[in-house]
Amino acid sequence: MTERIAGAVIGTETEFGITIRNQPDFNPVLASSLVINSYAGSRARIQWSSEEESPGKDARGFGYQPPPMADFESGLVNVVLANGARLYVDHAHPEYSTPECTDPLEAALHDKAGEYVLEQAARAARASLPAGERLFIHKNNSDGKGNSYGAHENYLVARSVPFGDLVRHLTPFFVSRQIVIGSGKIGSENGRPAVDFQISQRGDFFEEEVGLETTLKRPIINTRDEPHADPTKYRRLHVIIGDANLSETQIFLKLATTRLVLEAVEAGTIGDPIVLTDPVESVWRVSHDPTLQTTIRLADGSRISALDLQWHYLETISKHAEMEGVSEIDQRAIVEWEQVLEMLEADPRSAADRLDWAAKLDLLEHYRERDGLDWSDPKLRLLDLQYHDVDRDKGLYHRLVAANRMRRLFTDAQIADAAAAPPESSRAYFRGRCVEKFADAIVAANWDSLIFDVGEDTLKRVPMMEPRRGTRSMVAELIDNSDTAADLVQALGGTDG
Amino acid sequence: MAEQERKQNRRADSRHEVEETEEATAPVAEELTEKIDDLLDEIDSVLEENAEEFVKNYVQKGGQ
Repeated sequence: MTERIAGAVIGTETEFGITIRNQPDFNPVLASSLVINSYAGSRARIQWSSEEESPGKDARGFGYQPPPMADFESGLVNVVLANGARLYVDHAHPEYSTPECTDPLEAALHDKAGEYVLEQAARAARASLPAGERLFIHKNNSDGKGNSYGAHENYLVARSVPFGDLVRHLTPFFVSRQIVIGSGKIGSENGRPAVDFQISQRGDFFEEEVGLETTLKRPIINTRDEPHADPTKYRRLHVIIGDANLSETQIFLKLATTRLVLEAVEAGTIGDPIVLTDPVESVWRVSHDPTLQTTIRLADGSRISALDLQWHYLETISKHAEMEGVSEIDQRAIVEWEQVLEMLEADPRSAADRLDWAAKLDLLEHYRERDGLDWSDPKLRLLDLQYHDVDRDKGLYHRLVAANRMRRLFTDAQIADAAAAPPESSRAYFRGRCVEKFADAIVAANWDSLIFDVGEDTLKRVPMMEPRRGTRSMVAELIDNSDTAADLVQALGGTDG
Repeated sequence: MAEQERKQNRRADSRHEVEETEEATAPVAEELTEKIDDLLDEIDSVLEENAEEFVKNYVQKGGQ
């Protein structure tokens, strides 16, 4: 098994939907702040130092635009958690960024831990609301009225892999993987043709093939080049064309299959790219057909279904795995991927125990059959929305879990543990342990540094440019043996910041 | 094969009264219908009230 960089570090960022029922002057920024502060409680609030971040840097290498919404992002509520995650207000939504994880199963667990944190935060926030006002947090990507918010994935990629190769191989993969990773929704948005039910929450919102934007004219391939790590060695591939998933199987498959495709690109085992004639149109056409019969046009004049595209990638990845060798977790992903494709081929509703869009469609169809409801009925729209409620007593995904109708990969205890303790094999371990032990001395944090005030004239900055260092095996003893932040900084030989 | 039969039964029974099926599979089909009915009843009990108003007022600011 050759050591590869592709996806050696993975993380997700989720913007959650937020609303307060019966609050006339509802303000999503204030509500998001309330939720986050309620969770943080007495935990020290640590500033996020963003001066070294560069969301305006373009991976294609031509120029530097000012980061969009820069002012909006700074100065708002920000909490760094003891599991190494970041919980903050972004674009009028509560957002959770997982700590850096080193395999897709661990990253899926931490994505679920974020959902759990928001559930707990919402419960805490409700206690401070007047009687009659009710707060809801949804893990979804659209309000059904043309407003979308993201669920992003991040993968460490070797700088030496040409960005153009990523674009060529990932575009058909992203167009087709919707059938595996969609969370489903009723109706269409953003000017797309009307449809009863579609596979993806996000598919209607993609308007460009490649670009830097994330809030307007969203591109299939996002070129943000902000590695939060040594830029001479790494890129961070920032994937914005995905749905927020409740299904554990789906989160795992989304991260594992994408990581494997990146690995095959890096290894050179990916083969010739399949070229789509019109990727942007193909995104919504695939999403708009839950029967999976739609075919999309290829540059050679032929047509292919999203399912056949996914079979093509599965075959390519299976060959890659045979030739190069992959981990047990990757093997597991390949097996589960094949099962899901077989189920989708037989009858998409047969995947209702493992795919959000299939579970939702199955539930909606049962309601339509029992109550004779039309697709435009508000009750179906409510079912669609409430599927995503993160509260275990109210969320319909959680009710399906309670009825043993959704397949699990994790126990509730594992998810709660991941909300409290950092992954052990990335720099998130160092960040999380420092927050747990020395929060009072941390002035500011960032993905690639911590800044300490140890009572001297200058602040001490500890850089963490290598995401695969700062692991438990490297720093646990050091942290355990340091009684104060000053001891720790001295032991590390921190530089003035 | 069994998988295929099970699926066909599930589809058949969701269309209410169907003609006699084989003795061996009929009870399974009934059980599934009952289970679905129980599930929908349970979901009805947690579903937010006033669906139309809730859905209409659910407006989010655009994000990333």
